[in-house]
Amino acid sequence: MNTLVALVPILPLLSFIVLGLNFKRLPKVVTSLMACGSVLVSFVLAVVLFFHVKEAGTAVNVTLFEWLPTASSSMGFSFVVDPISSLMILIVTGVGFLIHVYSIGYMFNDEGFNRFFAYMNLFVFSMLVLVLGSNYLMMFIGWEGVGLCSYLLIGFWFKNHDYNNAAKKAFIMNRIGDLGFLLGMFVLYYQFGSLDYQTVFAKATLLESGNMTLTIATMLLFVGAIGKSAQIPLFTWLPDAMAGPTPVSALIHAATMVTAGVYMVVRSQALFVLAPTTLMVIAIVGIITALFAATIAIFQNDIKKVLAYSTVSQLGYMFVGLGMGAFTGAMFHLTTHAFFKALLFLAAGSVIHAMSGEQDIRKMGGLRKAVPITWLVFLIGTIAISGIPPFSGFFSKDEILLHAFEHNKIIWVLGIVGSLMTAFYMFRLFFLTFAGTFRGSDTQKHHLHESPKSMTVPLAILAILSVFGGLINIPGVFGGSSELHMFLSPMYSAGKEVIVEVSHSTEILLMIIAVLGAIAMIAFAWFRFVKMAAIPISNDAKRPLFTNLLYHKYYIDEVYAFLIEKPMLWLSGILHWFDVQIVDRAVNSLGNSILWLGTKARPLQTGNIGFYMIVMVLSIVAFMVFGLMI
Amino acid sequence: MLTISLILLPLIASLILFALNGRKELHYWALGVSIAELALGVAAVVGFDKGIALNYLFDMPWITSMGIRFSLGMSGISVLLVLLTVALVPLIILTTVNGSTKYSATFYGLILLMQSALVGVFTSSDGFLFYIFWEMALIPIYFICGLWGGENKIKITIKFFIYTMFGSLLMLAALIWLYLHTPLSHNFNIDALLAVQLPFNEQVLVFVALFIAFAIKIPVFPFHSWQPNTYVVAPSAGSMLLAGIMLKMGLYGILRFLIPSCSEVALQYAPVVMVLAITGLLYGSIIAIRQKEIKRLIAYSSFAHVGLITAAIFAFNADALQGSVYQMIAHGFNVMALFFVADIIQRRTNTLQISDLGGIAKVAPKFAIFFMIVMLGSVALPLTNGFIGEFLMLVGLAKYSISVAAIAGVSIVLGAVYMFWMYQRSMYGNPTTATANFPDLTCNEMWVAIPLIIIIIAMGVYPKPLLEIAKPAVENILLVMSTKY
Repeated sequence: MNTLVALVPILPLLSFIVLGLNFKRLPKVVTSLMACGSVLVSFVLAVVLFFHVKEAGTAVNVTLFEWLPTASSSMGFSFVVDPISSLMILIVTGVGFLIHVYSIGYMFNDEGFNRFFAYMNLFVFSMLVLVLGSNYLMMFIGWEGVGLCSYLLIGFWFKNHDYNNAAKKAFIMNRIGDLGFLLGMFVLYYQFGSLDYQTVFAKATLLESGNMTLTIATMLLFVGAIGKSAQIPLFTWLPDAMAGPTPVSALIHAATMVTAGVYMVVRSQALFVLAPTTLMVIAIVGIITALFAATIAIFQNDIKKVLAYSTVSQLGYMFVGLGMGAFTGAMFHLTTHAFFKALLFLAAGSVIHAMSGEQDIRKMGGLRKAVPITWLVFLIGTIAISGIPPFSGFFSKDEILLHAFEHNKIIWVLGIVGSLMTAFYMFRLFFLTFAGTFRGSDTQKHHLHESPKSMTVPLAILAILSVFGGLINIPGVFGGSSELHMFLSPMYSAGKEVIVEVSHSTEILLMIIAVLGAIAMIAFAWFRFVKMAAIPISNDAKRPLFTNLLYHKYYIDEVYAFLIEKPMLWLSGILHWFDVQIVDRAVNSLGNSILWLGTKARPLQTGNIGFYMIVMVLSIVAFMVFGLMI
Repeated sequence: MLTISLILLPLIASLILFALNGRKELHYWALGVSIAELALGVAAVVGFDKGIALNYLFDMPWITSMGIRFSLGMSGISVLLVLLTVALVPLIILTTVNGSTKYSATFYGLILLMQSALVGVFTSSDGFLFYIFWEMALIPIYFICGLWGGENKIKITIKFFIYTMFGSLLMLAALIWLYLHTPLSHNFNIDALLAVQLPFNEQVLVFVALFIAFAIKIPVFPFHSWQPNTYVVAPSAGSMLLAGIMLKMGLYGILRFLIPSCSEVALQYAPVVMVLAITGLLYGSIIAIRQKEIKRLIAYSSFAHVGLITAAIFAFNADALQGSVYQMIAHGFNVMALFFVADIIQRRTNTLQISDLGGIAKVAPKFAIFFMIVMLGSVALPLTNGFIGEFLMLVGLAKYSISVAAIAGVSIVLGAVYMFWMYQRSMYGNPTTATANFPDLTCNEMWVAIPLIIIIIAMGVYPKPLLEIAKPAVENILLVMSTKY
């Protein structure tokens, strides 16, 4: 069993190394086989491990070697497979494998084909280390590793400096979060003398709720989650990250990496439940992000940007779930979101492929006939994310909202509002893309084609998962047994996961409200974009004030540039000037003044004996006077 | 015998090279010597006994009338710095072996002479001897920069020389002061010097003198203004020697002399040093953001990095000290690799202006990978050598004060800002006229690049052996501090 655990991350790593060393030589077939094969084998191993954990009910711990000895403890290079990590590796390798396969078709004509797969494998390795690590430092390795891969893949087409800037922005914003993570680790390290999950959690449960140190530590860890999971205020990198190839957006910026923040909080559940203040902050940040991003999504016209803001918004929901104590709900939504959002992105990729690279939905329309499979799977994904039963998104979102209803009615209302917006902007996107008539150029029209099998088969599988993914956690009200909850609950510190006590009738009522609302929004979107065939106005057209604000994403980027970037550059210039003109000058003038003293002192050495005698006598007198005085 | 051989081998080789200056093509000879030296250094690390404070002792009377002995020995910290020195010098010599520029035998003689002096500094057990080696290390680098440097070399080199010389004199004064307080008949043995118990106000003077001497060498804000110009003007090999090894003399001096001899003042003045060091860290990082020239950017970045090392030393706890020792080694390799990158770019394009570059990744993918890994080490990505040191140092600083760690931690964000900016502008985008025909790494260069890549990753993946060597020495420093006061 131990070897299997180690192999899960090591296989993609090996594939990365081989690809990285031979990226110029390997034929595409070999690359595809190796890159996808390694992830597939990891997936099979993950399945085996998953069932092992499920049956045995115990975690598997593996320490490869002692990594970083510190004064009071020692960080092992070690992995743990327990319910939560076994679920995560299933998602990472499973969805990861499908996206790898899809990429063969998507990237086939790209000159950087081998490089692309090398990076993708490195990403899978890093992500697996992130979720498998058995201490915070291991998580941090993966944490920064996925950030690096994200950087490399966003800027994959590195001739374009806009893409490079997007990549750099992603890395730097993530680094800001990482600093929070680091500081959080330091607090934990000094509080508990270790960074091992087991030790930390065991010792933490002895503390009482609201403990100051824990509050600080969890807040700092959450800063890390904000960066990685693109929450307010560090979310602006994610929409820009769409510069990367679409499979990257699907894998990294929708299904896996961006959910790392959620994973981290669930993993640290034992700490967070003892910090109610932090949980409240998480819920507030989550709900604001969810709404904020949803409002922006309504006015975007780039198919990937809409999905990106939708991802930010959905991540917000996961954090609302965490803040409300619905740890399983968050994990559940993480899982279903991985399915349907990967599906949506890949389907969008298929659309972009068909449209010869066009991403503006104003130039699409009527694509249903040209790309029927893509149409169907996109529809499935859209229904799933809009929360229509019995698709997967309905169940997971419902669980989060139910918890919100139980704990905080305001957040629940806002959550419902957000989910209505979600239904609207997703169907707006869907209708503008697939319904109506084609609005692109003739060449584009001529080129329209359904994608190859390597792309449509993964789409089909993801579509099936998006439909039935909800089955893993059917709530009691529908006669289910909340399987996922049963599976994950041994992870939680005893009795700390909040049990919802809403009656079944209330629960049903809440669901009906949400579903009816969503259907109404879909109808509205249909009315507006199909019946009235409204097309969003062009970029430079004048917009009403509020719409304009949303269209320009609340000018957040501009605000950051004004508040942070500009002052920083200005400061850099000022300090450089100070360094050269003041610090260095001071040193130089010290040197010069000594030279100057030397030139002034030189005439004293006149060679005139008489002058020397006078000075000597005067000195003696002076000394004598001085001696008499004291 | 090992220690004295480590000093004598390059010393004798350098004398031979000076004598043979007329002859060309002696670089392989120098390389051979440095590889032999590397073998000795590795042997020293492998055979190092962690149970003994000072390994490989060598002792003989020298100037007996003044109690000066020629005595050498290696603590865990010394042996690591010796390892850094003997590992870097062959790589540095290899970087000079390329078609375009020819260096005379004297040049290689100077490098080996410097190596000899550096090993001497790191292994001296006698204060006077330490001083001799300290000054001896300055002379070769003066000639390397003054003879083979770029524009304005004389002016800049002389400034550097006088500036550090000024520091050295302060150090000499402090050493003599300590010497005069050793029991009769006085002696210069370092242990004896460190055992001197001075009254607090005298200790302050000694502390200030030593601190300025070391601070100039490191350099610590505000004693750093010699550094950017010197790094830029020095030939690449010179910058590598300076930033890679020589500045570690200052840090080593702090650990070897300053802290043990003036522990009381050191403890009390730690906040002052901390403020200076962290100011330098942020100041250097922020200035680096807008540098337009690669070497100058590296200079400011290096200045920032050593600021963090200095701050960590003054946190006075085991993690921080371990981290700073580890980072001294890691920084040595990383900064050498960065100057190597700059050297490659300069030789191929005749420019170091970032704005003239671009698109190199397209035409030279191997070079791009090498540069990427070096950059990742420099920004302390986990599983690279930079991370281990920075993590331990920040952990240690957090123990001292979490807010200090937070402020210092900002530098890891800033580091990413300027390094990624430099990488992006020089490597990505479309090739410019300067870079359109950029040849990829040559065979010779691969011989430098591959070991560096291996070191950067290996030190990040498996730091334990080196950390364990440093551990007793670090504990010893803390022990001395706690027992003395």
